[in-house]
Amino acid sequence: MLSVADLKKGTKLILDGDPYIVTTFDFVKPGKGQALYKCKMKNMINGSTLDRTYRSGENFEPASMDERDMEYLYREGTHYTFMDQQTYDQVLMEEETVGDAKNFLLENTKVAVLLFGTKPIGVTLPNFINLRVTQTDPWVKGDTSGSDSKPATVETGYVLRVPPFIEEGEVIVIDTRNGEYSTRLKG
Amino acid sequence: MFKKNTLHIRARVIQTIRDFFNERGFLEIETPSLIPANAPEENIDPVSALPWQLQTSPEICMKRMLCRGYDRIFQICRCWRADERGLRHLSEFSMLEWYRSNSDYNDLMDDCIALLQKVAANCTEDHFFHQKDRKINPQDVWHKISVQEAFSRFAEADALESSQNGLFDEVLTSLVEPALANFDTPVILTDYPAKLAALSKIKQDNPDFAERFELYAGGLELANGFSELTDPVEQRRRFEEANEIRHRCGRTELPLPEPFLAELSAMPESAGIALGLDRLVMLTVGAESIDQVVAFSPESL
Repeated sequence: MLSVADLKKGTKLILDGDPYIVTTFDFVKPGKGQALYKCKMKNMINGSTLDRTYRSGENFEPASMDERDMEYLYREGTHYTFMDQQTYDQVLMEEETVGDAKNFLLENTKVAVLLFGTKPIGVTLPNFINLRVTQTDPWVKGDTSGSDSKPATVETGYVLRVPPFIEEGEVIVIDTRNGEYSTRLKG
Repeated sequence: MFKKNTLHIRARVIQTIRDFFNERGFLEIETPSLIPANAPEENIDPVSALPWQLQTSPEICMKRMLCRGYDRIFQICRCWRADERGLRHLSEFSMLEWYRSNSDYNDLMDDCIALLQKVAANCTEDHFFHQKDRKINPQDVWHKISVQEAFSRFAEADALESSQNGLFDEVLTSLVEPALANFDTPVILTDYPAKLAALSKIKQDNPDFAERFELYAGGLELANGFSELTDPVEQRRRFEEANEIRHRCGRTELPLPEPFLAELSAMPESAGIALGLDRLVMLTVGAESIDQVVAFSPESL
């Protein structure tokens, strides 16, 4: 069990059966008064937020999370299927839970999946991922528009800005944390 | 660099406080931090230093000095309160307390006004305190509001009722204190429900309220002062009541400061106040976190 004194930013706990993470935390206590613990919390499954004030003496069930190494297998409709690298168990994740990670997921990509009990609630990608450019307009030498980037579509369908010298068929390195072009893969 | 400058200002604030009280004929004293018993309070847990405790406030020893005839005393010291840690709380913090005989809480309010004016004049460039983009001017006429009025104006609540149904602290921290942050002078919040003033004298014309006040600046609670209760029988009853409440809430009961109770009948009519020194420095340098005004936070040790 967690007590209110254990609460801080980043604490994960269970409320009404769902896992929540404390996003802001404030300890307030009028000089002679009671200690109050004011928290903002985010539901780790659907992202909704709520405010709660607790008093000393209250207890919480910690939300235990398990991060497993998995391989992305395939997508079917709005479901993404991953396979545990140790147990070979397969788990299904809703598109909404996959979130922006879907822009960078190719079959057989190795990822970390966050599990709450047996329920997958998030996916963590490697910081950098290599993807092939499937469409981008050629760079016209002597282009005087002054633009230092152009749009490119990669094999997952994701569109981003790349430098003008990138050509169709090249493999580029993308930083998955901000979704931006990082460098060109040589060779 | 910022912190280095802050600690210089902190030293200057402390020097200014000493000058202020010395000029007014107060004697600077030191009392032990390691004591067998604090005043038992419902909501303050002492740090245990078995078989004794660290002081949560120097009040017990300072009041015993009033009983012995020291009539104007002040002290700057360390206090410890278990499990208090936040943006405005350190478990070990610095307290300024002063006591005056033949005085009541109105005299303390005058002390507060003069002290804060001097600190702002001596230790800030523009003679203002700062908190969250707001300038607080202690040289202007201060606002004085009764707790009852503040509850009705800022929270549409009744202070007495809130003190009885257990919602007082929540209303205070979520509605009243944020409203006090909007004043551009310090604010004196005065006359607390008697139930919330375990060591203060009850108001003669209205026994539901006590002669206790809190000083706020920029929404930050800075000091708590009151006219001292001098009746040992009543004081013992209130300590026992605090212990009963602690017992009901599953907190440990605390030992009573017996020598203090034994000497209390010799205490002249007096008034005393505790001011959070770290918070006064926060206002002086415009810091929003108490960590910014101390050399080390506990987590950095």
